Amino acid sequence: MKEDSVNIKDPVLSIRNLSVAYDKGNYAVKDVSADIKRNAVTAIMGPSGCGKSTMLRAINRMHELYENIETKGSLILNGKDITDMPTIQLRRMAGMVFQRPNPFPTLSIYDNVIAGYKLNGIRLKKKERDEVVERSLRDVTLWDEVKDTLHRKGTFLSGGQQQRLCIARALAFDPEVILLDEPTSALDPVATSKIEDLLVKLKENYSILMVTHNMSQAARISDYSMFMYLGELVEYGKTKDMFTNPKDRRTEEYLTGKFG
Amino acid sequence: MNAAAKITAANLSRRTLKDKLFKGLVLFLSLITISPIVLIIYKLVAKGYRQISLDFIIKTPPNTFEAMTALSNGELIPGGIANGITGTLLMVVLASVIAIPVGVITGIYLYENPGKPLANLTRSISDILQGVPSIVLGLIAYMWIVKPITSGFSALAGSVSLSIMMLPMIVRSTEETLKMIPQSIKEAAVALGVPYYKVILRVLIPTGFSGLLTGILLGISRILGETAPLMLTALGSSVINLDITKPTSAIPLLIWEFYNDPNMVDLIWSSSLLLMGMVLTLNLVSKRIAARTK
Ligand SMILES: Nc1ncnc2c1ncn2[C@@H]1O[C@H](COP(=O)(O)OP(=O)(O)O)[C@@H](O)[C@H]1O
Ligand SMILES: [Mg+2]
Repeated sequence: MKEDSVNIKDPVLSIRNLSVAYDKGNYAVKDVSADIKRNAVTAIMGPSGCGKSTMLRAINRMHELYENIETKGSLILNGKDITDMPTIQLRRMAGMVFQRPNPFPTLSIYDNVIAGYKLNGIRLKKKERDEVVERSLRDVTLWDEVKDTLHRKGTFLSGGQQQRLCIARALAFDPEVILLDEPTSALDPVATSKIEDLLVKLKENYSILMVTHNMSQAARISDYSMFMYLGELVEYGKTKDMFTNPKDRRTEEYLTGKFG
Repeated sequence: MNAAAKITAANLSRRTLKDKLFKGLVLFLSLITISPIVLIIYKLVAKGYRQISLDFIIKTPPNTFEAMTALSNGELIPGGIANGITGTLLMVVLASVIAIPVGVITGIYLYENPGKPLANLTRSISDILQGVPSIVLGLIAYMWIVKPITSGFSALAGSVSLSIMMLPMIVRSTEETLKMIPQSIKEAAVALGVPYYKVILRVLIPTGFSGLLTGILLGISRILGETAPLMLTALGSSVINLDITKPTSAIPLLIWEFYNDPNMVDLIWSSSLLLMGMVLTLNLVSKRIAARTK
């Protein structure tokens, strides 16, 4: 089952033999290989603790923030090895959205959207800035809700709005791929469905890789799904196929609620 | 299993009695705790308010003869403590200029390297420094500055001794403040490709700014009233001095001088009132800042 999903034509991201260990020899992600499709939503499913976040965070080299985390294998983003890219370039190409909304508490809504430029000292003309902010906020359907309060702190927004603001912050860099780690797990159902609709719309222009703990969410919005278990990629394929006809016994057990 | 059943009526009333006793005790002890501050402020206001005027802030103290004349005529002592106010401000500002950058950078270092031996050592030394008697810090500044650098008593030497006093408080409050910032805020910045030193300077410090400010203000209010180290370093001066290489007065030094001069002793109340007002204001401001950000 691996062979066909490992070799997609012109993937946005190729994961090859990726292993990540928090302590020596104890791998949280084990030898994962997969190609991620462009302009599609790919879901990473699996029970909690199976290594989903760990894999996602390897893609933008987030693990470098901490000592002693060992990463093996290669990640090719848009045809380039991510270890050859300057960090800023990689993170512009691979935007990340976290489990809990984390807008910068000292910044306004406006400044949160362009935080990537501001904090890196990338200068934009006022007009460009305004355009980036408006485009990003429109992309996450937040513009109409906040266009009159752009100067207010981002933390004044509701949880769902904050999470859309965080997606806008990632979009402001016009990334190739958006990495989302259970982006709706802290949100209520209404806010969740807004974000789900949004992701489906965003795939026209971006490639989306999303960790989800919730398999019905994966079924609703993803085109491709991965099932991980104990650090291994057990099964990967079209979401429809996986849900109707799982190939691995463990996938089937997970999807039928036997564990997880 | 039948423990609950055993709570008889007598048992219950004994419990309520205990409860009441305990509450009464807490109230009593709280009153004991706050009474000194109330008594101090009352005493200072009662004995000092008459001296407080514009002159008190913009003039230097009278000589002992002028004070004696005024006293024998039953008038208020003329003049004020302008030399002390300017000296205190000068030395506090200079001490802050030294202690704040060093303390904040040390605090950041401790936050960044929590388990490292050097960090643990630094933290312990900083804690020990907090317990060093202030007169000893005065002696050290005397040996480091007064003798070799300014060849005489100076505001600089006073500031150095005060800055060593402030340092541990700033180190600690910086580290504690940074520790309270959620990891997710840091990761948000890292995920945008922001280099690490900029994450600290442009995200963590602004996010924890009010915590840092609170620590700094408390540090300042701690050194405002220090007298002992200044006796060995700044010495005192009867005129307004803004030259950091020259002896300089300070409010607490003046209080000590007034205390030793029977003709001027009345001035200790108004001077203390002013000093106390400054310390209280700083404390209240820092409490407000801390409360606003919670
Ligand atoms: N910072 C860390 N340090 C040590 N072990 C970790 C750390 N983060 C995660 N792990 C371990 O790695 C494994 C995978 O975790 P994670 O990737 O967070 O799983 P998931 O996102 O699928 O719930 C788990 O066993 C977890 O305990
Ligand atoms: Mg996770």
